[in-house]
Formats: sequence, structure tokens, C-alpha cells
Amino acid sequence: MKIEGKKLIWKEYQKEIATDDYFYARSCIRQNFFPGSEKAFTRILKDELGKNLYDSQHHTSCTGIGYHTDVVPFETTMTVVARQFSLMQEAGYSNYIASCITSFGLYTEIIETWKHFPETLEKTREYLFKATGREFSIPNNLAHASDIIYKFRNEIAAKAKFRLVDKETGCPLKVVEHIGCHYSKMFPHKGVGGAEFPYVLTGMIEAWGGEVVDYPERRHCCGFGFRQYAIQANRGFSISCSRKKFESMAPYEPDMIITNCPGCPMFLDRWQYALSEMEGQTYGKNGNGIPVFTYEEVAGLVLGYDPWDLGLQVHQVPAEPLLDKIGIPYNPENKFKGANGEDLGQPDAPNFLKFYKE
Amino acid sequence: MNEKKLAFGYTVSKDRQIDFDEASLELYNKVCAAEPSIRLCISCGTCAATCSAAKFSDFSLRKLILQVRRGITKGLQAEVSKCMLCGKCQLACPRGVSTRALIMQINMNLQKTGK
Repeated sequence: MKIEGKKLIWKEYQKEIATDDYFYARSCIRQNFFPGSEKAFTRILKDELGKNLYDSQHHTSCTGIGYHTDVVPFETTMTVVARQFSLMQEAGYSNYIASCITSFGLYTEIIETWKHFPETLEKTREYLFKATGREFSIPNNLAHASDIIYKFRNEIAAKAKFRLVDKETGCPLKVVEHIGCHYSKMFPHKGVGGAEFPYVLTGMIEAWGGEVVDYPERRHCCGFGFRQYAIQANRGFSISCSRKKFESMAPYEPDMIITNCPGCPMFLDRWQYALSEMEGQTYGKNGNGIPVFTYEEVAGLVLGYDPWDLGLQVHQVPAEPLLDKIGIPYNPENKFKGANGEDLGQPDAPNFLKFYKE
Repeated sequence: MNEKKLAFGYTVSKDRQIDFDEASLELYNKVCAAEPSIRLCISCGTCAATCSAAKFSDFSLRKLILQVRRGITKGLQAEVSKCMLCGKCQLACPRGVSTRALIMQINMNLQKTGK
């Protein structure tokens, strides 16, 4: 195929991403799982890129987890989401960024529902007004936070202090990218690259010097599935999905995994511990796991932020081997110290997975 | 270091993915050559629903055909032996699959290979 033809087709797989003035809606679980990621995102946007970002303290959960586990009815979810949009309107913004993939998928689903069923939109307006006295407008631009980092990946690369390369050999690191299912599998045209060629994380990896690993189960779900993990007896389905991915990627000896969903890094990280304890199996070299990161953490590392400020100490699979490989300096003594220097105590080491204490 | 494996209240499910690059379709190809009507099967399960042997055992011709098609031959001999060759399934089959001949062919080929 001619290059021009390829470029023309690729245009159809792009999405419009606003360039400035964002209303930021945080995730209800990410700050527990990966506490430094959202902070890193706001820091990168405000301090590094000089963007105008409104970080609201009044928004709530989007109810996504409740919705997908059949606890919260769709009408309630739509009204809660309408309230988030109302907060955006009140703050004077029209570009909405969701930190969470579930939220992003849900917002997209709701906006599509309103587009196709205007009477449902009117009902939601009525519900919101009756409940809160608020009115709302639909965002002009809806993006996931990874879309924003993707859009400015080259600006971040220009400011980078480190690249995703092995400091000894100069070879690019082998990076597994994992896209959250609700990013582009539900509404392909709402994601960069669609469902067939999701490029949002690949673009970042390439811009920051890494090499993407294309392994057989690359597009398989991480196993997060709300119904799978919510009930203990069902978690075997979840861990089996993750295991399938690990078994598939391990022969390629990846150095790291980058994800853009709240659940994927959580499960790809924590299930490596659970699998090591259940089966004695680890998927990295020499008893190490494959470290898992959010894209904000990787962007922060590339920009030279302190790994402990990014929250890497709460990862189940230690990040130290990767930091050493890239040559990112860190102080092991500060690993389990709080922001004020207070000693937070050391966790117990796993039985099989290699763990790094000070 | 404590080498004891932990139990979390759930287990890792066995992977049931069928890798067609690795699965042996030898039996299917032989059966297919001798009794091409196996290709007509749509796995509707009418055969299994009408099966006399199924009243007294867990025999399912639908499952058997699927296994042969997927190259899963383990335990097939024991399964085939549950069939009484009454032919009720052949009367019921909406696709006209010659089920008795099919079972005979599967049995014969399994006996030849000793599986």
C-alpha cells in the first residue's frame, strides 16, 4: 500500500483531543491503587506543559463499578454523570477529562445514549434538576487522561531526563502496552487507533524510546472484569485471564508493562504476587516479576520525578530492577517514608516474588 | 523463606483454549473421509436430547462430535462405548447426519490407533 493511502486511512482512526482548558474528573479507586499517578498527571499538565486544568473537589464517583455490577440503575448513573457535567459547566469548562477508563467508557455510553434517545436526555435533565436544582451541558470534548498525555507525548519527550532505553547497552526497553477494554473496545471511534490498532500507549512508548512487544494475547482482557473480582469465588476467572497474558508475554522477556486503566495495572501487578504464592511462578528474570506502571508514572519517570513521589513503593512487583536498567536514581532508604519523612514501616516480603527492602 | 503455597479462596481455572496449530485433526479427517455427513452437524443437540443411552449415562453425541472436530481424542473411546447404536438420534437429526455410521467410524478409528 502507498504511504499516502496509509496516512489517509489512519486519519479515520484519530480522535479530536482538546489542546487546553480541561475539567479533570479523578477516579474513585486509582488513588488507592496507584496513589501518585493522578498527582503526576496534574503536575505534568500544569508545571511541565503549562496547561489550564481544573481539579474539582466536588465531583463524585461516576458509579461505574456499581453500574457494571448491576447495583446502580442506569437512570441513577446518568443523573450522577449529569451532575459531574453540571460541575464542569459551573466552573466554566467544556473539555472533560476522565482519569478512569471505566468512567470514560461510561461517559461515552451515556452521551451516545442521549444522542440517540433525546427523551432520555430530557428525563435526566429533569431528574438532576429535581434532585439538586442543577442544570448541565454535554462536554464539547471528552477525552481520557491518557489521550492528553498521548497528545503531548513529544513535548514530554523533549523535556525528558531519561528515555526508555537500557543504560548499559543503549537498546530500547521491551515494553508491553495494555489498553483498558472500556477505552476503545466499546466505542472504537472514541479511542486513538480504534479497537483494531489502539495507539494511545504505543505512541507514548515510541516517543520515549521504548520498543513495543507484540505478543499473541496483547488485546486480551487483564481479568479485571467487575463481576469476576467482586465475588471471591469468581476471582479464579480474573486471575486466569491475567495468567494467560503473562504466559503469552513472558517468552518475549518484557522489561515493563504500561497500562491506561485503573484496574489493569492493579490486577496485572497484584495477580503476579497471587500467582507466585499459589503456583510458585514468577514471570520476570531471576525471581523478579514484570513491573507494571500507569502511563502517568512512566511519564513522571521519563521527566525525572522521584520514583517514591510517583508512588512506586506501593507496587506489588518492585520497580527497582527497571529503575536500575534505565539508570534512574533513587534512595532505597526513602522507599517506605511518608511525604514528611516519617517511617511508614516495612511490609512483609512475599515468599516467591523478589522484594526490595532498604 | 516459607515455601508453602497460599490459598486465597479461589483457584486458577484450567485453560481450555484449543490451539488448532497443535491439535491433531487426524481422527476428524479420517472420519470425515469415510462419513462426510459429519460436516452437516450444527451442534444443535437434538441427538443428545433424544438419546436413549443418555438416560442411563452422561453420553452426549453433540459433545462427542465437537471433541472430534476440535482434535480432542482423550477419553473418547470410553465415551463412544456408551452408545447402544439404537439410531434414534439419526431419526431426529434435522441435518440428516448419519449418526450411527459416524459413531461406528469414530469407534473403528479409535480402535485402530489404540487411543
